[in-house]
Amino acid sequence: MSARDLDVPVQRRSMRFILDGEVVEIENVDPNRTVLQYLREDLRRCGTKEGCAEGDCGACTVVVVDRDVSGKRLRVRAVNSCIQFLPTLDGKELLTVESLSTDGELHPTQKALVDCHGSQCGFCTPGFVMSLFALHKNNADPTRREIDEALAGNLCRCTGYSPIVEAARVMYADELQSKCWLGQSRSSTVGADEQSRIVALNSIDTDVPLCIEGHGRKFFAPRELDHFADLVALHPDATILSGGTDVGLWVTKQQRDLPIIIYTGNVAGLNECLVDDGYLDIGAAVSLTDAMPLIIENYPTLEELFVRFASPPIRNAGTLGGNIANGSPIGDSMPALIVLETEVVLRTGGSTRSVALNDFYLAYQRTALRPGEFIERIRIPLPVEGEQVQSYKISKRFDQDISAVCGAYRLQLADGKVEKIGVAYGGMAAIPSRASLCEQSLMGQEWSEASVSRAMQALDKDFSPISDMRSSSQYRRNVCRNLLRRFYLETSASVIERVYSIGR
Amino acid sequence: MGADAITSRANSKIAGAVGTAVPHDSARLHATGRAAYTDDIPEPRDVLHLAVGMSAKPHARIRRIDLAAVISAPGVVAVMTAADIPGENNCGPVVHDDPILAPGLVQYVGQAVFSVAAGSVDQARRAVRLAKIEYEALDPILDIRKAIAAKSFVLPTQKIERGDSKSAIANAAHRLNGSATLGGQDQFYLEGQIAMALPAEDGDLFVYSSTQHPGEIQLLVAEATGKTLKDVIVECRRMGGAFGGKESQPALIACIAALMAQKTGRACKLRLDRDTDMIMTGKRHDFVVDYEVGFNERGRIEGIEFMFASRCGMSVDLSGAINDRAMFHCDNAYFLDNVTIVSHRCKTNTVSNTAFRGFGGPQGMFGIELVVDDIARHLGVDPLEVRRENFYGIGERDTTQYRQKVEDNIIHEIVDELVRTSDYRKRVAKVREFNQASPVLKRGIALTPVKFGISFTATHLNQAGALLHVYTDGTVHLNHGGTEMGQGLFTKVAQVVANELQIDIDRIKITASDTSKVPNASATAASSGSDMNGKAAQIAAKKIKDRLTEFAANHFSVTELDVVFGNNEVRAGNNTVSFAELVRLAWFSRISLSATGFYRTPKINYDRATFSGRPFFYFAYGAAVSEVIIDTLTGEHRLTRVDILHDCGASLNPAIDMGQIQGGFIQGVGWLTSEELWWNAEGELKTHAPSTYKIPACSDVPEDFRVRMLESSPNREETIYRSKAVGEPPLMLSLSVFHAIRDAVASVSNNTRRPRLDSPATPEAVLNAVTEQQVSE
Ligand SMILES: Cc1cc2nc3c(=O)[nH]c(=O)nc-3n(C[C@H](O)[C@H](O)[C@H](O)COP(=O)(O)OP(=O)(O)OC[C@H]3O[C@@H](n4cnc5c(N)ncnc54)[C@H](O)[C@@H]3O)c2cc1C
Ligand code: FES
Ligand code: FES
Repeated sequence: MSARDLDVPVQRRSMRFILDGEVVEIENVDPNRTVLQYLREDLRRCGTKEGCAEGDCGACTVVVVDRDVSGKRLRVRAVNSCIQFLPTLDGKELLTVESLSTDGELHPTQKALVDCHGSQCGFCTPGFVMSLFALHKNNADPTRREIDEALAGNLCRCTGYSPIVEAARVMYADELQSKCWLGQSRSSTVGADEQSRIVALNSIDTDVPLCIEGHGRKFFAPRELDHFADLVALHPDATILSGGTDVGLWVTKQQRDLPIIIYTGNVAGLNECLVDDGYLDIGAAVSLTDAMPLIIENYPTLEELFVRFASPPIRNAGTLGGNIANGSPIGDSMPALIVLETEVVLRTGGSTRSVALNDFYLAYQRTALRPGEFIERIRIPLPVEGEQVQSYKISKRFDQDISAVCGAYRLQLADGKVEKIGVAYGGMAAIPSRASLCEQSLMGQEWSEASVSRAMQALDKDFSPISDMRSSSQYRRNVCRNLLRRFYLETSASVIERVYSIGR
Repeated sequence: MGADAITSRANSKIAGAVGTAVPHDSARLHATGRAAYTDDIPEPRDVLHLAVGMSAKPHARIRRIDLAAVISAPGVVAVMTAADIPGENNCGPVVHDDPILAPGLVQYVGQAVFSVAAGSVDQARRAVRLAKIEYEALDPILDIRKAIAAKSFVLPTQKIERGDSKSAIANAAHRLNGSATLGGQDQFYLEGQIAMALPAEDGDLFVYSSTQHPGEIQLLVAEATGKTLKDVIVECRRMGGAFGGKESQPALIACIAALMAQKTGRACKLRLDRDTDMIMTGKRHDFVVDYEVGFNERGRIEGIEFMFASRCGMSVDLSGAINDRAMFHCDNAYFLDNVTIVSHRCKTNTVSNTAFRGFGGPQGMFGIELVVDDIARHLGVDPLEVRRENFYGIGERDTTQYRQKVEDNIIHEIVDELVRTSDYRKRVAKVREFNQASPVLKRGIALTPVKFGISFTATHLNQAGALLHVYTDGTVHLNHGGTEMGQGLFTKVAQVVANELQIDIDRIKITASDTSKVPNASATAASSGSDMNGKAAQIAAKKIKDRLTEFAANHFSVTELDVVFGNNEVRAGNNTVSFAELVRLAWFSRISLSATGFYRTPKINYDRATFSGRPFFYFAYGAAVSEVIIDTLTGEHRLTRVDILHDCGASLNPAIDMGQIQGGFIQGVGWLTSEELWWNAEGELKTHAPSTYKIPACSDVPEDFRVRMLESSPNREETIYRSKAVGEPPLMLSLSVFHAIRDAVASVSNNTRRPRLDSPATPEAVLNAVTEQQVSE
């Protein structure tokens, strides 16, 4: 046991969160228990539903409220309770569908759904209520497209969504709304309601790290980066948990047993984004929701990629660090980050090293991470004048789907010739990877139809994709080539629109 | 009734009268999370949670099942295999070929082999993984073409013939043949399959089941546990969606729960997780369709031959009626003079396929729409012209291939109006113009009609019952044999009763479907729920109203004609009392305030042996225009605009009917575009959760979505307030989307070649079709 681990004098054994204005304190919780199981099985608070237990249907959507990095404003975020482990609620406020209507009076979101005939079987409805509630807190006047995006993680099999979209508009018209507290993004001042919630959250806050033991399992939620690093080094077999949008499924879908979990979410040093020394520097525990604006601000062409990355509840929990560490061959951020020559800062105990993302992946689901090591930060170089960057995701459904193929491109031309080229794909091999032959064939060439056609052929030699439920190997080959062609068309004179954005 | 029903609906001042857009009766409960689904019902303290062990092989004999590790796993209380079933090991609804637990032979990956009961859901699911099963593998048949070659069928091949298709095709000016494959579809109800069985005294069982057919659960549970129907009660207040997937499938779940409750003497709940649900339970049949057609220069079909073959899976289930319905709907709205339809019902080593909204109808329609579209592309004319050329006539060319006269044909009016309101012609021209100038993105547009037959094709199922109690405070307890799955049936039936008794709808308590209240009810299916249960409830309400009328006439010494119910009151001559007051008076005078209603659909008769007669009471119609855009580099596509005109007769509830149209349409779009079921070579379904199986999401619904109901078009048949069934027909309006995609694909060859597009039209399928068009350029 390291000295520092012993240094930590006190550790809390019970978790605390706020529900319906009351502080709930629980001891010895099973760290593998989900928020949904807790609600439905322990509290028999059954408004929140299970439709899939994998974060994909939204029936289990709840809202988690916590303080932002400044500590002065609230973040109001929808998350999937089915894959959130209960101890991650520590220090936060939980809102469920039951929290919304007081004294039998419907919340404007609920009323709008009733008035617009937004429920048929009603099983999806509590989840939609919570996603719409979060939308209302965060967006004063959403467009149809923003409504679609806000609801991307909620499936409804009955209504065909139209009445729900209408409800999303109608809820704003309700005069009762004025009585509702607003989120950070909606009002520049802190209202009384927000203030009292912050006070309540402050009251359960403490610097003492959480260390739960229950049902033979352990959950560590350290506060300091050094403590975190020591714990990871001390327990090299532990599961590092960030958003849990991959890890949660190991438990809910595969019934895996995670005896030791070390949570990044409360570690101060891992939770911020900054621009530093020519890099976007993103802490490993920053949620995708919080990392996205910074990336898109610098690389506006990547907006579609990130908006189509999972859904708001998943992005609210999930992190870029988790996406990279998970090392799935079909993770969406990696091809773009690879062509941008992103570096990951890895740390073991007190020492760090920096690895190019391109070298991070060794083989199928094997990364350069050593036992006891973790990702501390992700460093994306700032854009270079004149370069063109793009990433395309191909899936059966536009929203909330996993890529069959995801391609990313980065091009710097000098006098019409390719001076620098980066081409990387997900879905084409066992790891996300560059298309070296394709890149070689383009280097120094005219950026023209002819050289792009040659490069498309080179792609055939770069990859031998597999067939699976997402697509056949032949389609992967075809579309991999054609996406390069699309990049060519978009970067040369003949601009094409993408069907994704047409009609809305 | 008829005419006066329509006037009385217009004059109603009560809340929730027929024809008004009252919200779903549970809307407030849905939105506040207080609507109780089966998993939300309070559990008895000693409840056990079950999990099911599934076959890992598509076709094998079980050599040995070793459950030692399962039994000793934490929390496990009992296990059960086929050998432990005291009654009949069957949950097949028609033919007894569907074992509850596999008795030694497994016939698909995911078939239930054993069940486990434990203290928690988690314990049961973890324990299941510890089983060791040894198999002796047998050759599986995993796809339709192989099954046809091997003559592997669950039921004999059927044939409908009229005229002489062979020579009509041979003599026609033009001939074409073609084929397509059409994928299946998972129901993907948001609430998975679930049942909770409670042991009652003397070995009786009470079962909560999420089911469209409580009566069948009652029967199959009784048979499996060795009891009689009187010993079992089944209740269902609501389902979290069903779509046909809870017609026959819940029996397996309920039987497993009931058997374990019987064995352990404790309450047992089985809730399938999503993956198990999708792997273990049946889906919409996938089909292959081959056709040969002869037609004239205007595209009029002179002779046609169809071969439909469907994947029924390992057992019969409802495949007989489903495939029959495909044969009945392969005319859609078109007159097929010389026609031969062959239907193979293939037995495969995959899950037994089952009911899903449309029940074979969509697959039949898919076939004929493919033919019509191909003819148009062959002739180089607008497919709409060929469609019109073939529509059923009025007074001529009006008999279906199963010899029912189409007496209520309104497809011409609907299509004419829709062509006008959707601006179809101008938009076709615009699409062509756009495509000329756009090398990569292509647009497409299509109008397709729907004509859908309403009634169960098995005549005996077209019966329904209702039970109505009026209490002394004038409130009403309503029960009927239908089930609520979100379609708003309970609301509509309550509206009917409110209308009959002229009381506000909130005076009526809508209650759970319950086999002990209304016996022997048919499944809530075939879109017939409100037609039949609405009528049954109306009959019950009328009985009570008649008694009250007679009583009031006596009591107030007026004639029965002078007794008028209206606006929560009853006027008897010069006396006006509240409904509640009259009820109280009637009770005091010992008048019965409870009644049952029974309804059987009139006019239908049909001979299964010859496939002829009148299987359908009437037809529901509609049409849709869809416009899409595709990317010829990737096959990605978007639906950009939809115009729908649909016939609900005189709607009982326009809001609920609108919901059925929009929801059904979008569900159909999923079937034809993004919902792909994918099995690997080992017969394992790999798309068994929403992560891999993609139903439409919010952004797939076009911003420009114009849905209208046909106005002033009461049902010509005497249905409940002249309304029309609306559950299934709108799903098939989605064929317009598939054909709009075909239209876009065809533009790649400048409309010179028929596109070969399989369904679902995933980006991959579309890109394949596009590539083929390019090759032939
Ligand atoms: C419904 C749904 C939709 C999804 N859609 C997409 C999508 O569109 N595109 C996509 O790419 N992915 C998608 N995902 C996958 C997932 O959301 C992402 O991979 C996400 O970025 C994971 O982040 P996380 O913080 O939740 O990781 P976690 O689940 O917490 O962790 C994932 C893995 O990374 C490890 N890990 C986490 N943090 C660190 C660290 N700091 N150092 C070392 N190891 C670490 C964990 O131990 C684990 O092995 C989806 C998931 C779900 C459930
Ligand atoms: S239950 Fe489906 S997202 Fe949680
Ligand atoms: S109302 Fe049934 S799933 Fe949405």
